[in-house]
Amino acid sequence: MRRVRQRRLAVVLFVVAGATATLSFALLALQEDVGLFYEPARVTNGEAPLGVDIRAGGIVREGSVDYEEEGLGVTFSITDYQGHEFDVRYVGPLPDLFKECKGIMVRGQLTEHGLFNANEVLAKHDENYVPHETRDIVADRDCPPLETADEAGLRTAAIR
Amino acid sequence: MGWIKRTFHRTGSPRWFFAGSRAWVIGLYAVGASLIAVGSVWGLGFVPPERLQGNSVRILFIHAPAAHLAEAIYVAIAIAGFVFLVWRMKMADMLIEAAAPIGFVVTVLALATGIIWGIPTWGTGWVWDARTVSTLLLAFLFFGLVALRQAIGRPDRASRAVALLALVGVVNIPIIKYSVEWFTTLHQPPSIVIGEKPAIAPVFLMPLAVNVLGFYCFVAGVVIAALRARIVEREGGAQWLHDWISKS
Repeated sequence: MRRVRQRRLAVVLFVVAGATATLSFALLALQEDVGLFYEPARVTNGEAPLGVDIRAGGIVREGSVDYEEEGLGVTFSITDYQGHEFDVRYVGPLPDLFKECKGIMVRGQLTEHGLFNANEVLAKHDENYVPHETRDIVADRDCPPLETADEAGLRTAAIR
Repeated sequence: MGWIKRTFHRTGSPRWFFAGSRAWVIGLYAVGASLIAVGSVWGLGFVPPERLQGNSVRILFIHAPAAHLAEAIYVAIAIAGFVFLVWRMKMADMLIEAAAPIGFVVTVLALATGIIWGIPTWGTGWVWDARTVSTLLLAFLFFGLVALRQAIGRPDRASRAVALLALVGVVNIPIIKYSVEWFTTLHQPPSIVIGEKPAIAPVFLMPLAVNVLGFYCFVAGVVIAALRARIVEREGGAQWLHDWISKS
């Protein structure tokens, strides 16, 4: 390789290494801010601010969905299956993919009592693609027993 | 090692590339279009609805290939940028010029199909999460490569600036890929991870694989055709080109 090319190669590699390092440090420092929502653990340990619009997300706990008798109001609990959990109240139509044991993201305000008043609910589809016909065979897959939730990939899918 | 060096030098020769690439364009168009036709008809018409998404799952067969291909086009452009900066190979510069607008279109296709899919499944067409924002940035990068070249008057300077942007922009690619694992996002994690059992049932996986292959072949054909057009544009006065045209 001629000397001029060697010099160009060195400069080019230096520029790429510099850009990579700069960006890596920036992303490491901003990691939690780049994330779209607060996980249940960060909501319950007080990291999430009260009374301002935030996003929070996790898994809808099995058996926690409670539709109010009048109107479109609904309450449910969001959990990470690791002991962190908070209650959500929302009034309005829910997305079709809103289901127990599935990932969900809510936007709204956290109150002092730990209740999350949501004004938007978005469903997080996970990485699993299962044809409709086989539904009966895996009828219980929506809500696997807690100890196998991780194996089913549901926990990681909904939290991350 | 000898053949690597020979291929490198030959591909770097517009004349050699122009003569040999015509058959490739026709072949890639034919194979790519056939595969896309088979994969799309299969995916849109003959695959059962998905358990949760219903018929919306069919958008996957366009969205995933487009998104994957968009990243691959960028990686190719970045490698070309590297080759141009170190070796000043004209063909690498022409490849960047030819592929950038195509990459832009493919990225926009991935974004558009993602929005269409998001409305019925997520409940919204757009969220500002790490995956969507880094993919939007990819579209801007492709657009920037085209705009930067046009903004700089002197072609040799424009080529160097574009190559540098192309190379530095490659840091966005790992961010797109790992955004769903590093950060909390609404976008789902990957269904196909090398070394793991796919989380996607074979009935969906098969037409998807056909379309991914089809997209790659067809767009490779488009890129080569665009590259040939660049060669004609830049080498228009060359004797070999006049000879080639009068012969055919």
